[in-house]
Amino acid sequence: MKTKHFVLLAFMAVVGVVTLNSFTVPEPADNGYTIGDEATDFKLKNVDGKMVSLADYSEAKGFIVIFTCNTCPYAVASEDRIIALDKKFKSKGYPVIAINPNDPNVQPDDTFELMQQKAKDKGFTFPYLYDANDKIYAAYGAKKTPHVYLLKKESGKNVVKYIGAIDDNVRNGAAVKDTFLANAVNELLQGKEVSVKETRAIGCSIKV
Amino acid sequence: MRNLVVLLLLVLVVSCKNKEVDKKEVVSETVAEVATDQSNDIEEGKALIPFYNYEELEAKYLQPKNDTTYVVNFWATWCKPCIKELPAFEKLNADYANKKVKVVLVSLDFPDRVVKQVVPFIEKRNLNSEVVLLDDPDANSWIPKVNENWSGAIPATIITTKDKKTFYERSFTFEELETELKTIL
Repeated sequence: MKTKHFVLLAFMAVVGVVTLNSFTVPEPADNGYTIGDEATDFKLKNVDGKMVSLADYSEAKGFIVIFTCNTCPYAVASEDRIIALDKKFKSKGYPVIAINPNDPNVQPDDTFELMQQKAKDKGFTFPYLYDANDKIYAAYGAKKTPHVYLLKKESGKNVVKYIGAIDDNVRNGAAVKDTFLANAVNELLQGKEVSVKETRAIGCSIKV
Repeated sequence: MRNLVVLLLLVLVVSCKNKEVDKKEVVSETVAEVATDQSNDIEEGKALIPFYNYEELEAKYLQPKNDTTYVVNFWATWCKPCIKELPAFEKLNADYANKKVKVVLVSLDFPDRVVKQVVPFIEKRNLNSEVVLLDDPDANSWIPKVNENWSGAIPATIITTKDKKTFYERSFTFEELETELKTIL
């Protein structure tokens, strides 16, 4: 009888450990999307307090999903370019959706309140979503901020068409020679295949 | 059976404790101002630490032709996990100095922040390892040359001799770093 209790207790302890870990440890980001994969939709809280999903945008042809944050110097250096991208491409069917993946318990500069402040100060024209509870970044495979995923709607699915950087010079927008992301969106708008599908840039590791 | 239960409960306690420690180690990331045309600061910075483009960095430290083992760490003053692991690299540099191991800290700070941020940081932390600045904006062209699998997130580290090269996109404790170095030496 005693043994039975111990077995039960041991089993519960194992379940406890497994359950605890599955809820607190994020999925490894190694298995993110590659070009051609279907990207998951999400329901995340925007800085205006409303929940935002890709499915809300019935008119959109696709999305410029950008994982970014409040204070990473590479994210800060990209802010004006992200606003310009939204202004240029939202009306053409490709709105920017910005997602902050950082956990404010680890990175105190990325609380929801400071996100609201950032969006207000910079005049963000796009949703800026809080991801610390949902870990959408891990499903996408984002490893740093900023990290861009360009999605195109194809028969009801959001298909990944481009992954990487906004352009070839994060730290100085004036010295950009190649606008990778804008080129990719323009190619999709022209019904072409994206020619440069993946690029890389230095960024801040995601803080979770 | 009793031992098993104790062991499992211990595992539970330890795994919780680790998380507590992680949460407490909070260091604020400093906000760098957006790079503008601050050419004076850049010129002044070049007088203080070496500025290299990727080709120069590669020739100097990533393709050794001598017997030195180079431990090349990509970091920045604004990168919290990078700063956290710097003491491990400093200790490695000191402990293995007589074994032909050289640590090189490659800063990815913006060039106009060297004078105001990087050099004061080096002085405050009393860094003894060599610090250089990688001044090469076209990261898309050089990141895959460092390693095909690097996402571009820092910290990242290369350990290289003239025969072997390993790449790590992760953070290190001193013990972990020393273990990796020993597999190369």
